[in-house]
Amino acid sequence: MSIEVTAGPSSSDERLLRESLLRRLFRRPELGAVSGAVLVWVLFAILAGDRGFVSLRATANFLEVASELGILAIAVALLMIGGEFDLSIGSIIGGAGMTVAILSVEYQWNIWAAIGMALLFSLVVGAINGFLVVRTRLPSFIITLGSLFIIRGVTIGLTRLITGRTQVGGIKATAGYDSAASVFASAIKITDPASKRGLPAEFPVSILWWLVIAGVATYVLLRTRPGNWIFGIGGDANAARNVGVPVSRMKVILFMVTAMSAWLMGTVQVLSAGGADTLRGEQREFYAIIAVVIGGTLLTGGYGSVIGAVFGALTVGMVQQGIIYTGVDSDWFKVFLGAMLIVAVLVNNYIRKRAAEAK
Amino acid sequence: MSADQTPIVEAHNISKYFGGVIALKDVSMELRRGEVMCLLGDNGAGKSTLIKILSGVYPPDEGEYLVEGKVVHFASPRDALEHGIATVYQDLAMIPLMSITRNFFLGSEPTQGRGLFNRFDIRRADAIVRQELLNMGIDIRDPAQPVGTLSGGERQSVAIARAVYFGAKVLILDEPTSALGVKQAGVVLRYIAQARMRGIAVILITHNPHHAYPIGDRFTILKRGRSLGTFTKAELSRNDMIQMMSGGEELEDLERELREFREQANPRPAEASPQEELSEFGEEWG
Repeated sequence: MSIEVTAGPSSSDERLLRESLLRRLFRRPELGAVSGAVLVWVLFAILAGDRGFVSLRATANFLEVASELGILAIAVALLMIGGEFDLSIGSIIGGAGMTVAILSVEYQWNIWAAIGMALLFSLVVGAINGFLVVRTRLPSFIITLGSLFIIRGVTIGLTRLITGRTQVGGIKATAGYDSAASVFASAIKITDPASKRGLPAEFPVSILWWLVIAGVATYVLLRTRPGNWIFGIGGDANAARNVGVPVSRMKVILFMVTAMSAWLMGTVQVLSAGGADTLRGEQREFYAIIAVVIGGTLLTGGYGSVIGAVFGALTVGMVQQGIIYTGVDSDWFKVFLGAMLIVAVLVNNYIRKRAAEAK
Repeated sequence: MSADQTPIVEAHNISKYFGGVIALKDVSMELRRGEVMCLLGDNGAGKSTLIKILSGVYPPDEGEYLVEGKVVHFASPRDALEHGIATVYQDLAMIPLMSITRNFFLGSEPTQGRGLFNRFDIRRADAIVRQELLNMGIDIRDPAQPVGTLSGGERQSVAIARAVYFGAKVLILDEPTSALGVKQAGVVLRYIAQARMRGIAVILITHNPHHAYPIGDRFTILKRGRSLGTFTKAELSRNDMIQMMSGGEELEDLERELREFREQANPRPAEASPQEELSEFGEEWG
């Protein structure tokens, strides 16, 4: 598109062009999330810049939090664009982590086999969630609220039955731990010149997972047929079905994908912490939804983006870690998070209205 | 009109019952390539039932349905679609927040690449959408814009263009102009004319005689589940059509009734006496 516009009578064309560029920007679902993330970073840089927020260590810190949440948020974004919710992912994190720990520690499985078994467990749970939603036509909110409690209950019950406790440690001594840890829980250490005690900044491998998954998910969503179907089934499942989109199959797959993201996060946590806790992952489903919504995805489906969810998770991570640097008691984090959610939805609604109605 | 004299769609003595209700009785019609047939009638006349039979939503209870001279039995709208019969419903089945291109190709996306790299060829899809709409005289600014930003007429046109692109030989349009202003309705009617020029047969369902008359080649008028006949434009004046559509004598009755109300309100003995009214009534039903 040429920008060389001759002066004079074409001035109205010029205005049209500028308007359409602005609207094109407004139409991006991630606009709010990107500018929100920048805003939050600037805010903490001002409030806590002199206390170490603007440093490699702090950056590694909030990126670690953001990456673990972000992996979930990407999968949840796909599911929510497809018009469904998954409240059970927090429980799957606990269940998958505990599966890895019990099989490897209590039953001396090679940890890779235990991780594989946990993956199978999460895929089955996801498939059951999806199948129930498709078959019963109940809201996925209800179905997965049910599975949230069932999976958590089974995890606690079985763990206590097998081990007599609710925590299992000693993962680091299991067979195959070193190779598994290098894949799921290693970190790149970079010396941080800002650190007075010479402590290095540790960037965990989960950041890499996060970015790779974001790339793959964006590609699938925007550049493949199934991606177009996800938008379609979230926008109008009936219309999509009428033009031949396999709506039920896609939904089941999306639930399996969110369950798989929970498995990955559970595995990362177990391997980096060296143990599993039956309560791992609690409330993560809500954090993931918050990240996705801050990222501009519509609660009712059919609209949203993976990039937005990535920046939403980044924002949540920055707030969660940044608040510690400001010296404010971190109990206040949740107040901040809740308020941010509401503001984000208001802003996103406004942006979307501009995008869809601007004529 | 065309060299091919086999009608593309024929219905012979079609009847449809819902429980004890006769929705359609012995309705026959035919449609040829490059022809616009307007299906007219009041609410409850059976228009919807007829188009639902033609588009494969449900089968007729009696009668024969032929496509290109062969008897067909459609089990679903997809069956009808495979025979080239596409229906564009009033609610359009378009997703407002999705782009024009994504809506246009939903379920039939063009792809490039193999295996893992098989991907939605958005560039080609955008180009096709732009060209298809341009062919029909609509210049969209940007195929990536959400359908929600289009006007009602443009949205209808995109839905019709989609049906045409995916090989529709027969287009069934359910009240495409009913929710539109004059100008927007013009866009859609012009589009229908374009489709006709491409040799597509169109069944247009409408309430509006001013939309039907200029575009229609033939007019089938339904009333209370029966066909009053199919007329060519030469056989039917605009006024006759309006008369038949709005239910002729019923309208006259209504007019008379309203006149009586007015006379009761301010009686003027010089005008029609009750006797005259009665005799008029008797004559008509005589």
